[in-house]
Amino acid sequence: MSNWARLSLLATLAAAPAAAGPLGRPALPAEIAAWNIDIRPDGAGLPEGRGSVTDGEALYAEACAACHGDFGEGLGRYPALAGGQGTLKADRPTKTVGSFWPHLSTLFDYTRRAMPAYQGQSLTADQVYALTAYILNLNDLVPADFTLRRQNFTTIRLPNVAGFRPDDRATVEDPLFHQPPCREACGTRPQITARASPGLTPDAR
Amino acid sequence: MGAGDPKDPRRRRLLRGGLGLGAALVAGRAAAGTGAPDPKITELQPWTSGPGVGVEANPYGLPVRFEADVVRRNVPWFSADTISAVNFTPLHALDGTLTPNGLCFERNHAGVAEIPPEDYRLMIHGLVERPLVFTLADLMRLPRESHSYFLECAANTGMEWRGPQMNGVQFTHGMIHNVNYTGVRLRHVLKAAGVKPAARWLLAEGADAAAMSRSIPLEKALDDCLIAFRMNGEALRAEQGYPVRLVVPGWEGNVWIKWLRRLKLGDQPWAQREETSKYTDLLADGTAREMSFVMEAKSVITAPAPENPITHGKGPLVISGLAWSGRGRIASVDVTLDGGVNWHAARLDGAAGPKALNRFYLEVDWDGRPLLLQSRAVDETGYVQPTKNALRKLRGLNSAYHMNGIQTWAVDADGGVSNVELG
Repeated sequence: MSNWARLSLLATLAAAPAAAGPLGRPALPAEIAAWNIDIRPDGAGLPEGRGSVTDGEALYAEACAACHGDFGEGLGRYPALAGGQGTLKADRPTKTVGSFWPHLSTLFDYTRRAMPAYQGQSLTADQVYALTAYILNLNDLVPADFTLRRQNFTTIRLPNVAGFRPDDRATVEDPLFHQPPCREACGTRPQITARASPGLTPDAR
Repeated sequence: MGAGDPKDPRRRRLLRGGLGLGAALVAGRAAAGTGAPDPKITELQPWTSGPGVGVEANPYGLPVRFEADVVRRNVPWFSADTISAVNFTPLHALDGTLTPNGLCFERNHAGVAEIPPEDYRLMIHGLVERPLVFTLADLMRLPRESHSYFLECAANTGMEWRGPQMNGVQFTHGMIHNVNYTGVRLRHVLKAAGVKPAARWLLAEGADAAAMSRSIPLEKALDDCLIAFRMNGEALRAEQGYPVRLVVPGWEGNVWIKWLRRLKLGDQPWAQREETSKYTDLLADGTAREMSFVMEAKSVITAPAPENPITHGKGPLVISGLAWSGRGRIASVDVTLDGGVNWHAARLDGAAGPKALNRFYLEVDWDGRPLLLQSRAVDETGYVQPTKNALRKLRGLNSAYHMNGIQTWAVDADGGVSNVELG
């Protein structure tokens, strides 16, 4: 093979790496099953299992209440899980599972992947169903005798499911921000109306 | 109270930090003002009269001890602990555009995962022809590219939605870094697995104890995203995702998944916690924008700034700052000294690429009068960085994220600088 032909072949391989031979190896079913932990709003990915509000209450007291509060009200800087319904237009909204989250699947998915904090993926499927049921109950969305299972999961609709819209900045806002700006003699010198809060900023030493 | 007053906090800071570049400039000026010969010139100095340390002293070089104040800082009241927390890049102490690796801000959701490179695996599955597992060695056999991009947290400057909060550009704007990333195009890896026609979305997931995850539109994944394993030439720092992170140019930092372990193709997004409960923009009407990925054009003056008061008095003053846009290149930056009455074209230094930090300078002759400093960036699409009030008018006060409004620094007659708003 001439040098030119060899260089040409190398260039082709570089441009089309998929044709360059087997890179990576097939993922085995057991490997996919081990990492395939995501749950979608349509229920795709939900494992078999079940959990009652009552079971969830006991587990919650043991594993969750220290940060999220006995009633999901949130302690200190830890997030609230319940309450806040009707506050999204308020001066200080409270964004919780019941007031803000659009999909129940997110609660199951996140609890399983990341909760309790820094002990992600430590709970069984039944435990996650039970905690999910209990947090629904804290938000007055299911009764105290409710049991959540894979089969009834997608029948639960969170109140704020219609509260989200796709990113519309490009159409709603950007036309306003494409006007050529004033650069000379733009009004009178403004006054200072607010100053940074004293005592908030760590010393930069 | 002037900078020479022993009660002046700025003077105390200079003495305490003691020996940084800023302090040296002040000290040099004072000596020159006495009319006497400068002993730093007339007397033999220790660094001139004896050897320094040898080449074995610092196999991995660190900054000289006089720059020990140039560090990332966190805000203790921000988060419940320091494991799921953020710290801030010291923008006030940097120049040029590239952020040194050890100063790139961190945002972790379960601390810094530590993954031995030989134990690293990346899985691609879902709507693909061939579910695959890659090792780090596999990834390094794909065609490699290097690009400088900014990574800005969607919450950068978010504290300022309700008005000025933090007296420091490190804290108002420091959730950003700009790094030359080396890696392989995400599309090469996806093509190796064979993306099925029904696929529209990609789930990217980390290997940390939060298994941090985001849904990304396939169109973006096939465009300019990188699977990166180098930053500024060396391996990723652990806190930046070692050994492999996702690079999503121009988009909010939360989607740049660190410790990347899994890519799943699907026909709809996964409604992950970080794209529903968090990283959505609550508007005044009670609805929230979701999937607001792009970081819009923004700029800030880094000197003078609250941490960089003017200590040299009247005369030549270099105003310096940063500008960036998630939609492409920066076209121009204007700077005002009087709170927006008159604007002056700043000089863009060097030739930054798209979706990267630009450095700008404006050299002025300061007459010693108070200043109301602002910068305003325009990107190549013609988008003009808005005022904070313009954003509040459109979104209300509870958006939390995507605050790219114009920043104001008030410079007082003795050179002190503070974070203010104007009306």
